[in-house]
Amino acid sequence: MTEEELNAAFEARIAAGETIEPKDWMPDRYRTQLIRMMSQHAHSEIVGMLPEGNWITRAPSLSRKMTLIAKVQDEAGHGLYIYCGAETLGVDRSELVDQLLSGKAKYSSIFNYPTLTWADIGVIGWFVDGAAIVNQTVLAKASYGPYARAMIRICKEENFHKKQGYEIIATLARGTPEQKAMAQDAINRWWWPSLMMLGPSDTDSPNTAELMRWRVKRKTNDELRQRFIDLTVPQADAVGLTLPDPNLKYNPDTQHYDFGQIDWEEFWAVVKGNGPCNRERIQARRDAHENGRWVREAAEAYAAKHERRSQPTAA
Amino acid sequence: MAEARDATGQAPPIDLPGTAGNGAAAQGESQWPLWEVFTQKTGGEPHEHAGSVHAADPEMALQNARDVYARRGGVVSLWVVPSIEITASQSEDAGPLFDPGADKVYRHPQFYKIPRGLKGF
Repeated sequence: MTEEELNAAFEARIAAGETIEPKDWMPDRYRTQLIRMMSQHAHSEIVGMLPEGNWITRAPSLSRKMTLIAKVQDEAGHGLYIYCGAETLGVDRSELVDQLLSGKAKYSSIFNYPTLTWADIGVIGWFVDGAAIVNQTVLAKASYGPYARAMIRICKEENFHKKQGYEIIATLARGTPEQKAMAQDAINRWWWPSLMMLGPSDTDSPNTAELMRWRVKRKTNDELRQRFIDLTVPQADAVGLTLPDPNLKYNPDTQHYDFGQIDWEEFWAVVKGNGPCNRERIQARRDAHENGRWVREAAEAYAAKHERRSQPTAA
Repeated sequence: MAEARDATGQAPPIDLPGTAGNGAAAQGESQWPLWEVFTQKTGGEPHEHAGSVHAADPEMALQNARDVYARRGGVVSLWVVPSIEITASQSEDAGPLFDPGADKVYRHPQFYKIPRGLKGF
């Protein structure tokens, strides 16, 4: 078949709702777009361990500490599921890690904000994992099989993350006035970055149309953002805390919440590397990679030694 | 079947198990071989492909597979197989390869006649 015929057959499969598997023919652009999306997603899971890991040693109780450790471990697992999926597209994992460490690859802007108080851990679970669920539930129906399957795995675990975060906030909200104020402060700091996390507005997202046509994305960034807002407003009301947007109000005509203007200049500044913690995050990943070098070397030496010993010796 | 790295139809650019570290990369920088992971869920089900892990040797592959794919329970058995050892069918051959031969009517029970009136055959 010619390239044109292959392309037409591919588009027909997509249009028919079929799942694309690793060995199937796919246009180069589909492959590169997926590698970009999936590696960014995987990097986000890995970098996402850092702001939360910051509070493991200072969790307020043993129970909260165990939960946080389990959650951070899950994030590592999620990163590995998605790296594994990305590798089926013919890219090497070490290449992807290099791109993260060199600063070439992007990851979610949200993880470049600092976790200043314990309440931030609650808000991250509630908002950041909440927004991630909204996004990932849709990605679980993506046209690329390995990506969709990784998302199904992740979604099963993500609800625990959101619920434990919300419970932290609910607990603080009915605590002392200082605890409630701490929860409100965390909400005020994380609300807008959480909305930005769902990506640039549709009018400013050049990849959206193509990705929607290929069913890699099933909903636009603005649709996902609206769904996240609609879900979160009643949850804030239920614990007596407010979202920091005076324009946030229910619109009976659209049956959605209207909301205020997002500061996209802040979003792009963070994406371009000028958020509060961009340098710190990358440095932490580089340090982890360097500090793990001796483990990798030892494991390789051990495997090589055993391989030699298991070789039959010449008679 | 497996989401092995030869997805592009090219030879997988991975070292064979046991040769890790022999490549051009500096010590500790080479990529450990890729292993496909199969998990069996509780209840006598078959082993099913779950994903893949990188590991220097089979024991580490099993341990990593446990940590990544069986961390949350629901698994009673794990297999790890070097990805490079898997031979998979090509999707462009799927048509003729999996043609059920529906024209061979003698493969179906409806082809055979039994005495009229016989119940509970």
